[in-house]
Amino acid sequence: MSKRIEVNDLDVYYSKFKAVEGVNLVIEPRSVTALIGPSGCGKSTFIRTLNRMHEVIPGAWVDGEVLVDGNNLYGPGVDPVRVRRQVGMVFQRPNPFPTMSIRDNVLAGVKLNNQRISKSDADELVEKSLKGANLWNEVKDRLDRPGNGLSGGQQQRLCIARAIAVEPEVILMDEPCSALDPISTLAIEDLIEELKQDYTIVIVTHNMQQASRVSDRTAFFNIAGTGKPGKLIEVDDTATIFSNPSIKDTEDYVSGKFG
Amino acid sequence: MTSPEIIRPKAKQRPGDRVFSASALISGSLILAILAAVAGFLMLQGIPGMFADPESVSIYTEGENFVEFVVPLIFGTLWAAALALVMALPLAIGIALFISHYAPRRLAQGLGYIIDLLAAVPSVVFGLWGANVLAGAIQPSFVWLEENLGWIPLFAGPVSGTGRTMLTAAIVLAVMILPIITAISREVFLQTPPLYEEAALALGATRWEMIRTVVLPFGRPGVIAGAMLGLGRALGETMAVAMVLSGSGVIVFDLIGSVNPLTIAANVALRFPEAYGINVNVLIATGLILFAITLVVNSIARYIVNRRKDFSGAN
Repeated sequence: MSKRIEVNDLDVYYSKFKAVEGVNLVIEPRSVTALIGPSGCGKSTFIRTLNRMHEVIPGAWVDGEVLVDGNNLYGPGVDPVRVRRQVGMVFQRPNPFPTMSIRDNVLAGVKLNNQRISKSDADELVEKSLKGANLWNEVKDRLDRPGNGLSGGQQQRLCIARAIAVEPEVILMDEPCSALDPISTLAIEDLIEELKQDYTIVIVTHNMQQASRVSDRTAFFNIAGTGKPGKLIEVDDTATIFSNPSIKDTEDYVSGKFG
Repeated sequence: MTSPEIIRPKAKQRPGDRVFSASALISGSLILAILAAVAGFLMLQGIPGMFADPESVSIYTEGENFVEFVVPLIFGTLWAAALALVMALPLAIGIALFISHYAPRRLAQGLGYIIDLLAAVPSVVFGLWGANVLAGAIQPSFVWLEENLGWIPLFAGPVSGTGRTMLTAAIVLAVMILPIITAISREVFLQTPPLYEEAALALGATRWEMIRTVVLPFGRPGVIAGAMLGLGRALGETMAVAMVLSGSGVIVFDLIGSVNPLTIAANVALRFPEAYGINVNVLIATGLILFAITLVVNSIARYIVNRRKDFSGAN
């Protein structure tokens, strides 16, 4: 169920402001791709274009192509709602729905679009998704309690369970660990390693150790100055980016000379 | 060695903190004092009215006592307010959602001003409009209701010739409470954290599904609070009802007939100018009951809001 993503000459705008320019990128199925770069370089903006969440912001738009297994997400007649069911997303701050129980949070996506699910199927899916997110043992006795009673790390894993419950093909993670402590971060990183077996994963991170730990490929974004658009500088195998990058800026960034 | 003295550092008292805490305390106690004064007045003046000898009260009809006098009024008050709320609440939620999540920003702003303006219209104006314009205009549709939906007891008729019926009064009340419910709902809908809206959208929710899964549950306590404020206004509304409705002390569910119940507040307004002696105390006693009804309604609303506190999103 994982799919290949191909980005062709993508420009991303907020109204008239060009935030990201000329991205060309191929993301292979069942791999983890990390997007790194200094703040404001457009990596979060870029990742949101991969499931059309970018255009939720008023005035935001995109020029170029994003092909998921050859189908352009920005083609005419493509419904963003359908795109987002295929390409799930986990956000920087854990955001389980506070008005729902843990169980209902997991089922939230499944119950959308007028889909019905029998109670036994729902029970099964809740268990499977929570196990898939390594959360089942911690919450199985309190599935009817509100989701925001959990710790930050548990909440984030609940969000991952909610995302995988709708069986997407790709999972996008926008700095999923930046609000978490090291132990919770480790739990999420282990989980990413497992999810890789089934899903194509793209992760934005500020933490270069994290990028080198979890990802197969790393893409480095940079920005020439404030007000200028962010650009994809270099993309390669993670090991290469961190040991022997071909561009000087990348080497300076990963070795901590700036950023 | 002497035992070490336990030093409790005193928090430094800053003048600003003291002024603020004192003024907050005064404001808080002032509300309680005013409420107590009102309740005290109502009880002092009202209770003699409640237990007065029915023979001495001239506003009672023959052989009536206080309970028989006040029960139809309580019914009329609750009935009119409930009808108004039933009509106004869905409309208010719809308008608030349109302003907060559907309308383009400039249109939303304009609409917001217009709704707020509606709240500034004095109730006498609503009363005049209801009695002189709405009643006449809506009367033909009452005839239609009787002919086609007459089998529902609410529209049994016979139709009032003037159109000044319970339904007209309830519509006027609904228009009056619409702005406050809309304004509060709009505020709480706008405060839905984008974090959760994005979570719903990223799961593949349509705009309406996002509203249903996030905005409405999140705004629920606020909407209930707005509805209760509106209900409070509808329960206590005096002029508009007194001008539209020519009611009497009856319990009638028919909404379009010429015999209509009256509300407590309108009854007080209509009878007060000619009341004297113990009659005044009887009217004040009905006011005491209105006070109690409002208190009960608000407590119920509190209870509803608190019941699912864990899931309110406030923690």
